[in-house]
Amino acid sequence: MQNDIILKDLSFNYEGTPVLENINLHYSKKDFLAIIGPNGGGKSTLLKLMIGILKPQHGSVTLFGKSPGQVSERISYVPQNTFTTKGFPIQVLDIVLMGRLSKTKSFSFYSKNDKAMALKMLEKVGMETFAHHKINALSGGQRQRVFIARALASEAEILFLDEPTASIDTAGQIDIFKLLKQLNESIGIIIISHDINVAMNYATKVAHVNKTLYLHDVGNAKNFAIFDTKETPVHICPIELITATRCTHLHPKQS
Amino acid sequence: MEILQFSFMQNALIASLLISIICGLIGALVVINRMVFIAGGIAHGSYGGIGIALFFGFAPMLGASLFALFLGIILAYITHRNANRLDALVGALWAFGMALGIILTDLTPGYNVDLMSYLFGAILSVSTEDLYAMSAILVLVCGFVLLFYKQLLAMSFDAEFAKLRGINVTLLYFALVLIISLGVVITIRAVGLILVIALLTIPPYIAEKFTNSLWEMMIASTILAAFFCLSGLFLSYTFNLSSGASIILVATLAFCLQLLVEKVKRF
Repeated sequence: MQNDIILKDLSFNYEGTPVLENINLHYSKKDFLAIIGPNGGGKSTLLKLMIGILKPQHGSVTLFGKSPGQVSERISYVPQNTFTTKGFPIQVLDIVLMGRLSKTKSFSFYSKNDKAMALKMLEKVGMETFAHHKINALSGGQRQRVFIARALASEAEILFLDEPTASIDTAGQIDIFKLLKQLNESIGIIIISHDINVAMNYATKVAHVNKTLYLHDVGNAKNFAIFDTKETPVHICPIELITATRCTHLHPKQS
Repeated sequence: MEILQFSFMQNALIASLLISIICGLIGALVVINRMVFIAGGIAHGSYGGIGIALFFGFAPMLGASLFALFLGIILAYITHRNANRLDALVGALWAFGMALGIILTDLTPGYNVDLMSYLFGAILSVSTEDLYAMSAILVLVCGFVLLFYKQLLAMSFDAEFAKLRGINVTLLYFALVLIISLGVVITIRAVGLILVIALLTIPPYIAEKFTNSLWEMMIASTILAAFFCLSGLFLSYTFNLSSGASIILVATLAFCLQLLVEKVKRF
């Protein structure tokens, strides 16, 4: 199996409070990975470690065989908070163009090609008519689409999204997930989602993160036999709750 | 138009325009990056450099520039490391610079008449050398903004994303703070270190309300700053008032008008 991302014995703490412990993960960009878990469970921290915004205190992150900082132009990112400085004068198109930064020349303005690409990506998220609107005039859901377009404009091989559909209505969420699913034919998708239902319908792998990480294979979720165990699993697994089946993996006892 | 016949007036007008472009470009970046307090700290702290220059007997503006760059590096380092207690640290540097300046001028023999001009500006006594210095800094600021426009915009908007797109955000941030330091010091020549912040922040604040992009904001800020400088200069000449303070009063008046218009619009 191809391993585009390898997390090895990854641990992270904020001022002594452990957020993530002993995370191990192998990810191939063929997969659509949804990261779920409770608030404060370390989902965003994990994502930021994977893209290199945060540095691990223990263990290692390997992207395409290198450290995240060396391959930053091969990945892109949609942040959780898209509410920018109030009154900052900037148009939607100019934000999407930022996605082109690593593809365009350093000491000049954006090219026609960059602009065409940015417009194309706005069209993909259904925001092309807003290209010349100021970002501050847009709703939360519209902003999130713009930030997705910005990430798409990077032409990255793996796209990381931190709750990109948090302020989008259900119909809009499904549109976004459909788009991501279609993109997943050629690029990797790693998404933090609060909506397990939607995530389950599109993801091929689900990682449940709550200080530790449990990886679930969604493809087999409906087929596997009831997990026969004499030990009661201590980790309450949302995947089990939804699929009404038991996980194929063993949940180690939490101390 | 008899006032244009005086060479000091011609110098003052040219200086106003040069300063306006510098303030328009830098001010917009200061405002969108919420660095007003940092700029204030550099402006006031640079007084320490004036004290050092007087004490050791070299050009005060050179002392102020070098000291401002020194403060800029410290502030950029602090902001980059830990933005949490930034305001307290800026406040400390701000006071340190001023105190150092006062002590050193105290220790310098003879009363220095020029002192007030650094506090409140002396645009009417701008020399040809000052104009050269202003032009040089203007070229530097313009070059920086033109070369790194899209990187500066991306960093100001979303530094994490900019970093992920391969921009050396740390280096760019240090460069920005240093360019701001130089711009602030040269503006001190016109309106003084106490008033520089107003000229740096009021035009961009008004401009961002009616512009759609950073470059539009920069151009609008420049035009507004030039308007404030020229009308302030005219008022100071006509009514024999202090020039720096006149410029700032016009600017603050426009600021109040803008707030008023905004309030009225909401109804």
